[in-house]
Amino acid sequence: MLEVSGITQIFGGVTALNAVSFSIRKGDITGVIGPNGAGKTTLFNIITGIYTQTAGTVSLEGKDVTGLTPDKLARRAMVRTFQNIELFGAMTVLENVMVGMHTKSSSGLLACALKMPWSIAEERRIRAGALKWLEFTGILDLAEQTAGSLPFGKGRLLEIARALAVEPRIILMDEPAAGLNSQETLGLATLITRIRDLDITVVLVEHDMELVMDICDRIVVLNLGTKLAEGTPREIQESPEVIAAYLGDDD
Amino acid sequence: MQFDQLLQYTLSGLSTGAIYALIGIGFSIIYNATGIINFAQGEFVMLGGLLTLSSLELLKLPLWAAIPCSVAFSTLVGILFERLAIRPLKQPTPINLVIITIGGSILIRGLAMLVWGKDTHAIPPFSGDTPIAVGGATILPQHLWILAITVVIIIINKIYFYHTISGKAMRACAYNRRAAGLVGIDVRRMVLFSFIISSAMGAVAGIIVAPLTMTAYDVGVMLGLKGFCAAIIGGMSSGISTVIGGLILGVLESLGAGLISSGYKDAIAFIILLLILFIRPQGLFGKADSERV
Amino acid sequence: MKRDLFLFIGFAFLILLAPQLFSGGYLMNVLVFVGINTMLSIALNLLLGYAGQISLGHAGFFGLGAYLSGILSTSYGVDPWLAMPLAATVVGLMAFFIGFPILKLKGHYLAMATLGLGIIIYIVFNETVELTGGPSGLSGIPNLKIAGITFDSDVKNYYLIWTATLMVMLFSLNLAGSRVGRALRAVHDSEVAAQVLGVNSRILKVQIFALSAIISSLAGSLYAHTMTFISPASFGFNFSIELLTMVVIGGLGSIYGSFLGAALLTLLPEFLRGANDYDIIIYGGLLMAMVMYMPGGLVRGIPALFRRLVTTKKGEAGHA
Repeated sequence: MLEVSGITQIFGGVTALNAVSFSIRKGDITGVIGPNGAGKTTLFNIITGIYTQTAGTVSLEGKDVTGLTPDKLARRAMVRTFQNIELFGAMTVLENVMVGMHTKSSSGLLACALKMPWSIAEERRIRAGALKWLEFTGILDLAEQTAGSLPFGKGRLLEIARALAVEPRIILMDEPAAGLNSQETLGLATLITRIRDLDITVVLVEHDMELVMDICDRIVVLNLGTKLAEGTPREIQESPEVIAAYLGDDD
Repeated sequence: MQFDQLLQYTLSGLSTGAIYALIGIGFSIIYNATGIINFAQGEFVMLGGLLTLSSLELLKLPLWAAIPCSVAFSTLVGILFERLAIRPLKQPTPINLVIITIGGSILIRGLAMLVWGKDTHAIPPFSGDTPIAVGGATILPQHLWILAITVVIIIINKIYFYHTISGKAMRACAYNRRAAGLVGIDVRRMVLFSFIISSAMGAVAGIIVAPLTMTAYDVGVMLGLKGFCAAIIGGMSSGISTVIGGLILGVLESLGAGLISSGYKDAIAFIILLLILFIRPQGLFGKADSERV
Repeated sequence: MKRDLFLFIGFAFLILLAPQLFSGGYLMNVLVFVGINTMLSIALNLLLGYAGQISLGHAGFFGLGAYLSGILSTSYGVDPWLAMPLAATVVGLMAFFIGFPILKLKGHYLAMATLGLGIIIYIVFNETVELTGGPSGLSGIPNLKIAGITFDSDVKNYYLIWTATLMVMLFSLNLAGSRVGRALRAVHDSEVAAQVLGVNSRILKVQIFALSAIISSLAGSLYAHTMTFISPASFGFNFSIELLTMVVIGGLGSIYGSFLGAALLTLLPEFLRGANDYDIIIYGGLLMAMVMYMPGGLVRGIPALFRRLVTTKKGEAGHA
């Protein structure tokens, strides 16, 4: 599904990532873990086209997508969420998700401004689609609220609903459990498995070990910018390098 | 003949360029300490000139006393501006800051019009107006004053930024405001300092140029914009790059006005501004930096 | 949805009724300006309030529309009805191409670059004397004519300008509520998140910049054909700032707000006749006060103020 090979990122002389390679299988939930500063978020930013890497390639469903901008990647059905949820704060919850339908609609500027019949029909379809995703994530009752006023946990769900509206085949989540209480984290775990059941490949960077071990099919461990290990949760838990570098100094 | 003309344009360009440089450094100091482009910068230039005029005519002060008096008052306006307009701002987004400094600029200009009227005023040159021959060209004593004062101010600036505690703290703010705050630098105080320094520098620029160009309530707009242009050429540095930027701009403008058309003189600065922003937003001498784009 | 339509119809009805209520010829003339300024502030608001991109050079696009249309119809005998779309096309294309490099810039830098662009255009109006008449202006621009009616009186011009303004308003309201409008607001709130969802923010910003320039150009052409005389002084830096003030005072991201801002700033000088030149003090003060105390503009600030008054009244009543 997603193949990352030889990704190297150097920031002003500091090597943040050093020749990281791994591949993600279709339909899996893959966790990317590692101590702080391991380069997880940098890696995500490279895969999703926000940074341009110093070296290495990314391919999606067998096609090279290295250097494509985030909007082009969205059109190839890859979408992501952010660690500090990036909502459109001044817009309503429903409108946020409607923006997610952008690639699934096509009325141009003039058609929209002149309210052509096809753009009205499309608008109706966008609204219905957005409502469906709000229902899926369980925040339908908040549809008319301003996104900026949502509590953090609900904001997280909104961000996921918005990403799903793109109808991705792969979704990358950057620390989806950060800032959630244990109740919300449980809900998130269920939601992630339900997303996988929609045939969407899930990749997550996460600090919450329990969540990762529970729901992930495979895990990639990064440490100091290099890949330390890769395998099933059980293999990772038993890997001596991982224990030494990461689980060992767990505080 | 042709060479004399070139020399003449270049010389007068250098002295206008020095003025642009001073204003540009004022822009850069505030920008580096706060991330704000102060659209009201030019108004301090205007205040410098007009306050000197009032000190001379109303207070009957001699020139050597009128100048510091005017600089002090302009600086006071700078402090008030920071305190009353910038500091209380609840949502300091770039657009809000642009709008508030534009608002401040219009307000100060309007008040100046109320006080000094719409006429242009002349300030006597610092030491007569007997032209001095340089090669085949002539310059006025005021040109020399401008160049000399600019050099002195740049040296003082350098000493302040590199050899005093508050100057070093200010550089730290420019480098990374959050980190500076974490190591105990009072960032808000530095913001105020930056407004003090740049309003004072703007005022000085306005004072030394006034005997050459006359002054009026609305001279700040163009001078401010040209100063900004100098700062952009210099990559928003508060040092020598902006000085060179100002000099380049001054000379090009003077040559353009002399050799091409005086009507398009003001357009030259803005064409350079656009070209630099499009092609080298980090300035002529700077290294690539994604801040501006 | 229905409510928005009724609001617009009600608004349009009041606007078209206004000449029956105010008979004074002079007031009609001022209201014509309110219409033109409404168009211009809507144009700037689409860019600033929706897409979050500032422009301090919009007077330049306004002026280009006025001069292109004016020169084509005066010196080359082109019919004004043809000259207007021609001017708009040229200005739109120009904005489109300059939009790519200029909109790469952000915040303060974009402000300065657009300001520079505006001033360059202004200088060109002054210097190309053979074409524009230079600082003394271009006169004898023909009025618009349709079906034997010549738009040469204030009342006729009122209907002409306000028909165009209402069309621009409806167009912009539709746009704002559509997928394009949402994408614009999304870019404003978080450009990176909008991109991740598939919005090509770069193209979108350039498109809206061009649209905004086209509306400004049309407003300029209409201005030229109703006034029959134009001079560079109307299209300088100060007017760009005045437009910015209208948008900010009315309310960023609100089409009706743009009308409020334009109406207030156009009518204000008429009420402050005695203060003639000192109105810039009021502009400056208003601009600062709005950003500090009413960042949502009048369109949001007044209802909020009203609500607060009502609740404190109720609170006091409860205590008593």
